[in-house]
Amino acid sequence: MKKLSMRNRVFLEFAITLVVYIICSLLMRAGILTSYWQGVLMSMCINVILTVSLNMTAGFLGELALGHAGFMAVGAYASAFFSKSLRLLPVLEFPLAILVGGIVAMAFGLLVCLPTLRLRGDYLAIITLAFGEIVRNILINLKVLGGAGGYTAISRYANFTWAFVLAALTVFLSLSLIHSRHGRSIIAIREDEIAAESSGVNTRKYKIITFLFSAFFAGVGGALYAHYMGFLQPSIFTLDKSIEILVMVVLGGMGNIFGSVISAGVLTLLPEVLRSVSDYRMLVYAIVLILMMLIKNAPKVQLFLQRFKRSKEVHS
Amino acid sequence: MNQFFMQLINGLNIGSIYALIALGYTMVYGIAKLINFAHGDVIMVGAYVSFVCMNMGLPWWLAVIISIVACALLGILMEKIAYKPLRKASRISLLITAIGISYLLQNAFQLIFGANPQPYPSFITLPALKIGVITIQSNYYVTFIVSVVLMILLTLFTNKTTMGKAMRAVSEDEGAAKLMGINVDTTISLTFGIGCALAAIAGILYTNCYPMINPTLGSLPGIKAFIAAVLGGIGSIPGAVIGGFILGMVEAMTRAYISSQLTDTIVFTILILMLVFKPAGILGKNVKEKV
Repeated sequence: MKKLSMRNRVFLEFAITLVVYIICSLLMRAGILTSYWQGVLMSMCINVILTVSLNMTAGFLGELALGHAGFMAVGAYASAFFSKSLRLLPVLEFPLAILVGGIVAMAFGLLVCLPTLRLRGDYLAIITLAFGEIVRNILINLKVLGGAGGYTAISRYANFTWAFVLAALTVFLSLSLIHSRHGRSIIAIREDEIAAESSGVNTRKYKIITFLFSAFFAGVGGALYAHYMGFLQPSIFTLDKSIEILVMVVLGGMGNIFGSVISAGVLTLLPEVLRSVSDYRMLVYAIVLILMMLIKNAPKVQLFLQRFKRSKEVHS
Repeated sequence: MNQFFMQLINGLNIGSIYALIALGYTMVYGIAKLINFAHGDVIMVGAYVSFVCMNMGLPWWLAVIISIVACALLGILMEKIAYKPLRKASRISLLITAIGISYLLQNAFQLIFGANPQPYPSFITLPALKIGVITIQSNYYVTFIVSVVLMILLTLFTNKTTMGKAMRAVSEDEGAAKLMGINVDTTISLTFGIGCALAAIAGILYTNCYPMINPTLGSLPGIKAFIAAVLGGIGSIPGAVIGGFILGMVEAMTRAYISSQLTDTIVFTILILMLVFKPAGILGKNVKEKV
């Protein structure tokens, strides 16, 4: 493949995104995509946001966060509460609500990541898991936000354009972060934290940045979800949801943003297309998780990948 | 005062179950440096195996033995298939695999037995114990006695026998243990086997107290027992026991005196506070990370 300069690549990616968007919206205008398929497209966009944001912590930083559904829930409820209690123009209210969802989720992200900074990977996994459960438990008991029965009558502002723009924005910002100096520091922490620290990388700062970034976009995804469904229930945001997003990350490749986009799309579409398989969905997810890890760590595959990586490095 | 004693007994009961499960967590963590997320689901497997055996008309003691053996084998199998190839892999790979196994077990059992809870035939039917005004149901004191006996046996096993010493050696330093002629693979398999056998017993005791079984029954006690293990200091056997009893007490008392709905929230908050202020746990050692 011929070498593409950074600017050309960004341009190409932008063009592809635009083309995809135009095709989808034209199909909708023409009525070829029914409202059912539009719904599937919406879920795809939301899942892309969630998957790419989880990939930042799980894939690039190398820390397993199992509370992504929790951040999503926080963002969803915060933005729904915001847009329900304010009555502004929809044009103004919806972007603000999304921003509020992201920021509140980010605040919770800070709350979770500060104590976990000095802990090692497995403790972090458990703390984030506990966080997700705490959020769900509190939401069930919070009468202001509908409790276990659900939070109803949220304005359904979200449409495909919003979802698509937000998903594209998430992907674009994630790519920019990863390709920057900061991104290389984050990857260095994953590869070897002690070595990164002794090379002058401020590991504390970059862990916080990654966490907040991830939590923010999980909140945005949640906010989008809230204003698309118009109805929220604590039982949506269980550990299963976090695992589902994790499966998308793992299948797309940890530390591979385009992979995340594709696998989020495919794994959203697959249960819709293959209705009969949906009973086996979680079982298949479980097997995917185990097999992906076993294959990734098999010595022969690693040798093969190394050869592939080396030839790629020569080219670019 | 009466209610307080009742809660104390409740706490001891659930605490001893947590302690049994926590022992498995802590042993596996000590030796394989892995949080076995699937440990909670082994409890469920144990309960289901005994359930099926009793439904087939086998006497309860045979059902219990079969279930223990089946879970021990399951633990060894899990280790051989999923964890052993990843022993040199990154932590996150191991954790993801463990989550995968947990979900695999849950969903496989859900497909076989359905998601709805089924009544479990409790078989601990000894006369209730009366101390003054307090009556203690038989499954409460049986659970407590069985757990304490198992804990004592386990402590004796790890301290006195050769296999137990090998286990401690491997958890201390795998490389050095290998050089001393210890078969590391066998020792790790054995640890998984013992841990899962304990989980099977815990599962049977648990379903005797709460006689309903469904494929996700193990996940919550599993997480709670993990919290117990962290509380006591993960990797330490007496720590797991202490942590289990503390957690059981906290849970029973919050359920009785604060709010039954917020019990889980409080327990999880305790975990977070513990990890923030004393990550090594009550009896854990502080280990510096080396390059």
